[in-house]
Amino acid sequence: MSEYIIKNGHVFDPVQGLKGDKADISVKDGKIVDKAGSGAKVIDAKGKTVMAGALEVHAHVAGPKVNAGRWYRPEDKHFDSHKKPGITRIEGGKSIPTVFKTGYEYARMGFTFAMEAAMPPLYARHVHEEIHDTPIIDEAALPVFGNNWFVFEYLKNKEIENAAAYISWVMRQTKGYGIKVVNPGGTEAWAWGLNCLTINDPVPYFDITPAEIMNGLMAANEYLGLPHSMHVHQNSLGNPGNYEVTLDTLKLAEGVKPKNNFGREQVMHSTHLQFHSYGGDNWGNFESKAKEVMDYVNKQDNITIDTGNVTLDETTTMTADGPFEHHLHGLNHLKWINVDVELETAAGVVPYIYDPNIKVCAIQWCIGLELALYAKDPMRCFITTDHPNAGPFTRYPRVYSWLMSKKVRDERLNTFKNADKVISATNLAELDREITLYELAAMTRAGPAKALGLSKDYGGLKPGMNADIAIYDINPDKFPSSGPEIEKAFGNAAYLFKDGKICVQDGKIVDFGNKHTFWVDAKVKENKLVVRDIREKFLRYYSVNEANYPVPESYAPHQHIITVDATQA
Amino acid sequence: MNTVTMNVNKIPELYFECENVNPDTFAGKKAAEIAALKGYQGKKISTLGEYFTITGDAGATAADTKIVINGDCTKMKYIGAKMSAGEVVVNSSTDMYTGSWMTGGKLLIKGNVHSFCGLAMKGGEFTVEGNAGNYLGAAYRGDWRGMSGGVLRVKGNAGSDVATFMIGGELIVEGDVDIHIGTHMEGGKIIVKGNANRRVGGQMVKGEIYVFGNINVMMPGYKYKDEVDLEVDGTKAKFIEYIGDLGERHPKKKGEMVYGKLYMKK
Ligand SMILES: [Zn+2]
Ligand SMILES: [Zn+2]
Repeated sequence: MSEYIIKNGHVFDPVQGLKGDKADISVKDGKIVDKAGSGAKVIDAKGKTVMAGALEVHAHVAGPKVNAGRWYRPEDKHFDSHKKPGITRIEGGKSIPTVFKTGYEYARMGFTFAMEAAMPPLYARHVHEEIHDTPIIDEAALPVFGNNWFVFEYLKNKEIENAAAYISWVMRQTKGYGIKVVNPGGTEAWAWGLNCLTINDPVPYFDITPAEIMNGLMAANEYLGLPHSMHVHQNSLGNPGNYEVTLDTLKLAEGVKPKNNFGREQVMHSTHLQFHSYGGDNWGNFESKAKEVMDYVNKQDNITIDTGNVTLDETTTMTADGPFEHHLHGLNHLKWINVDVELETAAGVVPYIYDPNIKVCAIQWCIGLELALYAKDPMRCFITTDHPNAGPFTRYPRVYSWLMSKKVRDERLNTFKNADKVISATNLAELDREITLYELAAMTRAGPAKALGLSKDYGGLKPGMNADIAIYDINPDKFPSSGPEIEKAFGNAAYLFKDGKICVQDGKIVDFGNKHTFWVDAKVKENKLVVRDIREKFLRYYSVNEANYPVPESYAPHQHIITVDATQA
Repeated sequence: MNTVTMNVNKIPELYFECENVNPDTFAGKKAAEIAALKGYQGKKISTLGEYFTITGDAGATAADTKIVINGDCTKMKYIGAKMSAGEVVVNSSTDMYTGSWMTGGKLLIKGNVHSFCGLAMKGGEFTVEGNAGNYLGAAYRGDWRGMSGGVLRVKGNAGSDVATFMIGGELIVEGDVDIHIGTHMEGGKIIVKGNANRRVGGQMVKGEIYVFGNINVMMPGYKYKDEVDLEVDGTKAKFIEYIGDLGERHPKKKGEMVYGKLYMKK
């Protein structure tokens, strides 16, 4: 394999505390090494920014609901479908791009990993088919557990060990990475036309509350010692005044200790917090509570969050939060897909236009930015758009420009149609902070890698780590002052190394790399009760046979398996 | 006004996408530059010059540019699509997306147009002397934003799914239309001077549909309201007014429910 030496770049790496220092990075056999051989190819990074490959912690990029979005929104592709010169295929779609475009665009922005945020276990095969077809980037998927009948029944009786045994079984069947929770209890309640809008609303027919579900899943997660923590999309998403529910949920983590061998310090990852930081009690007095939420997050070390930044685009919302999508359809009357996934979960899809002329959308835009700007520890606050829910992931460069330049952000803020009202309902106008390149490296590389339990090999540039490296045409001494310049630099990596191979050069895809699917194999003690329960539920309720449930090896031919031993737990 | 004349010199094997054939793209260009403009045939990219012999230079702006096209255009898509000003005259028939997304100017097709023409039209005048296919003046597949402005007139017949999701403007079919007309309509005016087949105004929220001939089968969601004297596209007559579609949501204006209106000439 080729050797490289990346010379004279400004290196930003929180793992080593490098804050734009000029340093050379050597690459050999897919790893970062102290010193490359004399024949190593020299990459001149003078006047450029060097970071580890970025990790996407939460996006909806593969699987049945993403594809439902694609087939029912041909209009998303019509004006955004092209063949670029070179080795790439046709790239189509804006908010729900094809798998090819997904891989290319992440790579062009300097990403080397993406987490598919919600995998319905029953349809895991479809998720893996799409992951397999997404070029370049490594991926993993989080199976959803927050509305699962087995989980409800075990946790209602506080049977953490049985819940953990079931979870480990599902992760093995689905090649899943960790524990995702979406509107705990609420999605199951939706099957009865109801919802759980606080953490104490009982789930109909199951005699359990969202708080009990989340407490139990956190306990099971730490019992297993998984690389990632429980990853939660909270109750009451998108409703004015929901920040109190958000604080109630975050408080569940108090006193819970992380237990794992991966260096992970959080026990709860609270995702797309923008959708959960709302004040007011109707759309008229809707306002930001980002400060209140972040004040709590900042002092609570065992929580990580991601932002869910609104990008002010036309997009496609999709979530396992079935009742929320019905609610949204009632607001905008646009086409709605609703799916029930048997004993496990549900999903909905509705297009949405975040119109900058609408006050609520502009306030949502402010809230997402405020969350990142209030974050005291960039290692615990990650930037996402909850793609495609708050906007397409391809807008990351624009989000960075708003976070890194007060001028660029204020230009947008002050030109909203309802700028006065938006400013008075938010705190953004008062915030002077500009996220630095070093902080950005924490929020997009080192931080997510640590939260996902991947910090040994990913998210940094220390010798021994995987050679996933992004080089941007940004001179930190002359940081670009206009939004379009910042966007262009972050959207078109000068180089992207993936596993030590150059996959992007001057913003062009030059190699498809060696894509891997990450999943976690958690071994537990033999548990006959759980095995019997699984058999019984498949016989009684499932539409498929137990033998047809697992994801066969052929669906994920390039696996990176992380093994966890919980047999002694 | 300058005139650019385009004579078809080669029939594409598949279909040629004329996204660049409109006064906006031509404006300010010489004939040779126009001939060098790109277009797709399937996944292969080629030039306008490969399919057309082009004479005459364009005007400085779209408004100063007239395009006249001669020869068989039945395998040419997107002619006049997205045009905002100026004039296009095609002396034959054209394929899909003709005049779609146009926002202004005048487009005249002397033959027929295929399906999906005048999609999401916003402004201007689009006239077809022959017949139109399906989805005339509708929203693009999957989209919910149909024709919103301008005048689209077909002198012959039109196919099915005319004006789906229409929200504004005026669409006149002087002949007959097939099933599904004004489905999901939320504004604008449709005039059918011939007969309409079935499912006229299904799930219509707002807007007006006038039918001079017969409706083969009436939708069940329409209710008789009144008889009114109207002048519609130059014809004075008595019309029977129906409101609907009662199966669809309807907005309120000043406390009154707003319905779609269906007028049938007596
Ligand atoms: Zn979510
Ligand atoms: Zn999400």
